[in-house]
Parts: sequence; structure tokens; C-alpha cells
Amino acid sequence: MTKAMTGAKMVVQALIDQGVDTVFGYPGGAVLPIYDEIFQQNSIKHVLVRHEQGAVHAAEGYARSTGKPGVALVTSGPGATNAVTGLTDALMDSIPIVVLTGQVPTFMIGSDAFQECDTVGITRPCTKHNWLVKETDKLAPTLHEAFHIATSGRPGPVVIDIPKDVQFATGTYTEARQVETHYNPQVKGDMEMITELAAAMEKAKRPLFYTGGGVINSGPAASQLLRELIAATGFPITSTLMGLGCYPASGDNWLGMLGMHGLYEANMAMHDCDLMINIGARFDDRITGRLDAFSPGSTKAHIDIDASSINKVIKVDIPILGDVAHVLEDLLNVWKSRGRKTDKENVQKWWHQINDWKKVDCLAFKQETKVIKPQYALARLEELTKKHDRYITTEVGQHQMWAAQYLGFEDPNRWMTSGGLGTMGYGFPASIGVQMGHPDALVINVAGEASWLMNMQELGTAMQYNLPVKQFILNNERLGMVRQWQELLHGERYSSSWSESLPDFVKLAEAFGAKGIICDNPDDLDDAIMEMLHHDGPVLFDCLVEKHENCFPMIPSGKPHNEMILGENADTANAIQAGGAVMV
Amino acid sequence: MSPLKIKKGATSHSAYDLRPTFSDKEERHTLAVLVENEPGVLSRVIGLFAGRGYNIDSLTVAEVDHLGHRSRITIVTSGTPQIIVQIKAQLGRIVDVHKVNDLTVEGPSVERELALFKVTGTGNDRIEAIRLADIFRASVVDSTLESFVFEITGTPEKIDAFAELMRPLGLEEIARTGVAALSRGAVA
Repeated sequence: MTKAMTGAKMVVQALIDQGVDTVFGYPGGAVLPIYDEIFQQNSIKHVLVRHEQGAVHAAEGYARSTGKPGVALVTSGPGATNAVTGLTDALMDSIPIVVLTGQVPTFMIGSDAFQECDTVGITRPCTKHNWLVKETDKLAPTLHEAFHIATSGRPGPVVIDIPKDVQFATGTYTEARQVETHYNPQVKGDMEMITELAAAMEKAKRPLFYTGGGVINSGPAASQLLRELIAATGFPITSTLMGLGCYPASGDNWLGMLGMHGLYEANMAMHDCDLMINIGARFDDRITGRLDAFSPGSTKAHIDIDASSINKVIKVDIPILGDVAHVLEDLLNVWKSRGRKTDKENVQKWWHQINDWKKVDCLAFKQETKVIKPQYALARLEELTKKHDRYITTEVGQHQMWAAQYLGFEDPNRWMTSGGLGTMGYGFPASIGVQMGHPDALVINVAGEASWLMNMQELGTAMQYNLPVKQFILNNERLGMVRQWQELLHGERYSSSWSESLPDFVKLAEAFGAKGIICDNPDDLDDAIMEMLHHDGPVLFDCLVEKHENCFPMIPSGKPHNEMILGENADTANAIQAGGAVMV
Repeated sequence: MSPLKIKKGATSHSAYDLRPTFSDKEERHTLAVLVENEPGVLSRVIGLFAGRGYNIDSLTVAEVDHLGHRSRITIVTSGTPQIIVQIKAQLGRIVDVHKVNDLTVEGPSVERELALFKVTGTGNDRIEAIRLADIFRASVVDSTLESFVFEITGTPEKIDAFAELMRPLGLEEIARTGVAALSRGAVA
């Protein structure tokens, strides 16, 4: 069946056919025909953001919390360039989003027209794929293929640049099932390698699962299979920042997050294990620390959908190319059919060792004074919200690491944070996207005051759509992580790392019609958090915390996992050697 | 989300050896990359090399299958074995890339390059130039009383050698196409 319609109508039709219910966007001259079509329908809800970066982060938040692709719609020129940070963020964290950009009419392309930019040129390195559609007949197939590419294989952002005359012109609409594609990434892992891994698991004395965002991206089935595998083997598990929630934080085998600000027991286990099973993680530099001292004695298995992630920085012994859920299913079957064997005695010894490391209690802190410790604020937030099926987003910095350390995640898709790119300003718009996908859920953005200000304009969006997102701001009046590094690495010269001229956050909230809460006393904190939770609407929570608290544990740059700095008694004066200072 | 139809002949299997042995020695590899003939695809490939800091020693590109809408990019690159494996994997994840072949490791292959040489001179130099051109099977494609343009095909090494010999004889300018390469034997 073919239908004639305008390009603008095709865009809306294709979105409906792809099951899109929400679009985050901002209109402008080059997308007016599409906005005109959006105006004339009720299937898709359009959320008007206040800045295009917010639209893309909101689409990311929506995608990460729902497992469905997020969609953003922006105009040409500045609309497209403002989307670039969000696109790069989604590329680094493998988030499926489809971004539609308007473009000047085809006959004006290349003439430096008003609000013209080379959108496909600018976004080529920060998308998984992009298209400039010059013929209306090609628009629908391109839109359908865009969703296919964004969501299959290693997910990622795609951009479709649509000139205004293509939106106005009439063409033939193609349905998704009529579209052919050659993009068909391998999902089943090699059985020989999977068998090799099963055999290695049987012999391992000190095994460890190291999971990442790939488990979340593979879908809920992957997390389910992972839990089954861990319950059956009894092996310990740690996860990257991106993988939190794939195994429940309350689970018996959970060691907590690993990496630069990971838990002592998790990093020590990584260093000392004899079989590392990397599932959907990518040996990021925040994880590995010094490469030549990274887990020196282990056999390394790596399950990843992206061949370029395998052997990129760490040479692995058992590479398995495939989708996490598919591979885990096969792995479980193979391991079970071989008799469900593990070296129970030695794994038991391994657990004794791990339990000794746990006794270090690396996240211990003392809330002694009348100043709120950021760790205490998050511990209370955890205690008072853990019964909710809550969704947490974060900005980037110390608060992000503390959130990862002190909040527990029981299920996948509940934790949205900018991992790869480290985008300050991500969390607030992302929380808006999450709330759009889960209207009745508790959505909290754990923020620092500096990050939050980077996209504070989205408070207008939250108000307009009555999205009760809770902005939990740990306000230390500092760029906390920058300050921490300056303290440790740059002779305590705090160059531009404090937030001067901060707004009164309560008044700021009220200026938008939102609720503002300020809390500076640990004795009042519980009541204040409850007040935030009970308010039906956006809340700006200004939590004044200890200004010079450092985030520990920490693996200093250029150090291996077994040389962590711990809190409290740590001697940080000479922790980082000169060579480490060049690392970021 | 509606699923799309997977085209016939689309492969879902990786062409890459995922278990390479790494050494620090730099190697020269010739890669044949079959791509969709779309605007931007060359920019994507070059951008990958520039963005990730890989070397391009030579690059040629042209459409090779008009009906199938395919172009072939031949890239000569150099790097450690780990980098070469990474380059192939990175090329493979570009959506418009259909196939990546490493002609250096996948059996014997032939490499050819075409070059044009402008050589000026009179007297003995001019005679010597044409004599050497004959030895190298270069043909004269343009001639004036004080200049020749030679056309030569061969391996890059042969063209390098010819350039060295022509340099003292009045070599003015060289235009080289870059390497085109195919695997030997009946199998594509």
C-alpha cells in the first residue's frame, strides 16, 4: 500500500508507525511544516524544551528509562549545533536516539543561507549514522532505517537532516516493512568461544563478573539472565557506572561499583581475580587505571556487540562478539549442560578474601558536625526513597560519584547518568525525559549546583508540563571534582573552581512557579526530603553541604587498582606522581 | 518499532580475527573497503582515520558497481598489529561499509599504482630519461622539445625507484593515483 503525502506529514506518520509517543523539541523556521503537522494530530506528544541541548538529553533520559528510542526535533543552524553535545553524549553511552533537524531548502544549501549549517558534516563524527534527505520519496524509508540503525547492534544516536522544501513537497509514503536494510549486526556469539568461557568458569579459583552498560542496552532479558547466572555460579559481580542496576544492589554477590571512585572490594577483586568476565563493558580508562598493572594475573573474557571494543585497550583471551542476552543464554545452557561445575572450595576462599576487603568499609563517613556531609545527604535520600520504584538521573562531578556509591539500584533502566562524555547539565533535562516516560514514578536528579545551572532553563519545561521532577542539589558552592583535583594535583591552587554569585535557589524555583526547599542542618534533612517527596510538582532542593569534602575511595591517575586512596585516614599529600598529572 | 527486512546477502558475521597476537612492530597493510556509494561515505572513512589518529599512506576511491551502488576504497595504512585490528573493526562499524578485506593478511594480492612524471631537459639528460623510461616500460604521453610526460604503472616501489632515477634528469612534477589492489586467484 502506498500513500501520497507531504514530507512533513511523512515525518509524523513514520514516528507514529515506529511507536513514538513523545518528541522533545524546539521549533524554528526550517521545521515549521513538521510543527504544523504535529499541531494537527494527537498521537504524539510534543514537549517544548527551552534549549535544544535539553531536548536531546531529555530524549536520552526517555530512551534509557524506557528502553525505547528517544526522539528530538530541532531546527536548522543553531538548533542543530545546540544538539551536538547531546548527540556526542548519546554516542559515548550508546543511547538510541533519533534526532530530526530542519535544513534550509535544497536549492539554498551551500549558499550560507540564514540559519544554514552543514549539519551532516558537523554531526558525522558524533552520530552512529546520519542522512541528508534531498528527495521526499526517500524520507520515509530513511526514517524507518534510522530507527533500525539507532536501536540495533550497539545502539547510538542518528540524525536525519530534512530540508524545508522536502517537508513541503508531496511524495510516496513507504511503510517500514517495505524497507530493506543491509545493517544486520551479529547477535549470536561463537559457540566455541562460549564453551571455552564455560570451561574457564569451571576451573576459576577467583572469578569475577565485570558488567557494563551493554547489559542494560541489551534489554531486561539480559539482566534477568545475568542474575540467573550469578545465582547459579555464586561468583561475585561488580559493575561500571553505566551498568548499575543490571544486578540488584541488595543481591548477595554484589561488590558495588568499580573504577576510579569505585569500592575498595570491587577494585581489589578486579586486581586479584584469575578469571574476569567482562559483559558489555569496554575497559574504559575510568575503570582500568594504569593499563600495564590492570588485573595482571587474570584470564579475560569479553562479551560485546561491537568488534571495535574488543582488544581496543586490553588484550582479551576469550573474545565473544554478540548481544549480551543472546550470549548469556547460550553460556548458561552450555555451562548447565556440562554439569554446572565450579571450583566451590576455591571460590569459597575467594569470598573470604573479598569479605575481608569489605571490612575496610570504604564508604564509611561520620556525620558529626552541624554541616551536612554530602554522603549523609545521599544516605538519607537512599533510606527515604528506596521503597519507591524510583528513577535517578545525575549531573557530573562529585555528587554523581557519591550517588553511584550511596544509592542502590535494584533494576535496570533506573539510573541515568552521563558516563562516557561526562556532560554537566545532563541530569535535569534527562529527568524530564524520564518523567515523560514514567508519569507516575518518582524521578530524582541528584545534582551539583554548578552542573544544575548549566541547563536550569528547563525548569520552565518541567513547570509547563507539570513534571514533578525532584532536583536534589548538593550545594557545596564549588566545582567539587575540579576542586578535589586541584587539591590533590595542583598544589591547592583553586583556579576558578568555586561558584560565585550563586542564585538563591528557593527564590529561583519560585520565580518559575516551582517549589524551593533549602536545608543546611542534618537534623532537618529527613523532614526536608519528605517535604520534597510529598510535593506534587517540580522541586528545587538546595542542600547546603560540606564545602571541601573529597570523594573517596579514589584510584589516582596513573595508579593501579590496588593503590587506592581511602577516605578519613588517607594520606593524600603525595598520592599522585607527576606522571599521573597529565591524565584526566 | 517495526522490524525491517534484512537484505539478501547481508552478513551478520564478523570478518575480523578477534584473537590477534599483539606486537609493537609497525606493519603496512592494504585494506579494501567496499562501501555504499553515498554522499559522505568517504568523509566518514577519512574522518575515522583523522579522528582516531590512524595513518593513511595512500587512498584511492571510485565506484566499482554502478547497479549495486558500490564503491571501493583502497587504503594503505600502517600501525602495530593491535592498531590494524582496531582500524578494521572501526571501519566495519560504519553503517555504509559492506566489507573490509585486509589484502596483506588474506593471502597473496597484487598492487598497482599509476603515475605521471613531467621531466624537462635537453641533450644527454633528455636521452637518458627516455632510455630509462623504456627500461621501466613507461610510455610517453606528452612531449615538447624540452619536456616529456611519462606514464608508468607498477608497484609503489617501482614508481619510487623511477622517481629517484628521474630526479637528477630534470624531474619537475609527479602525479600518483595511489594504490589499487586485488587478491590473487579466482575467489573475490
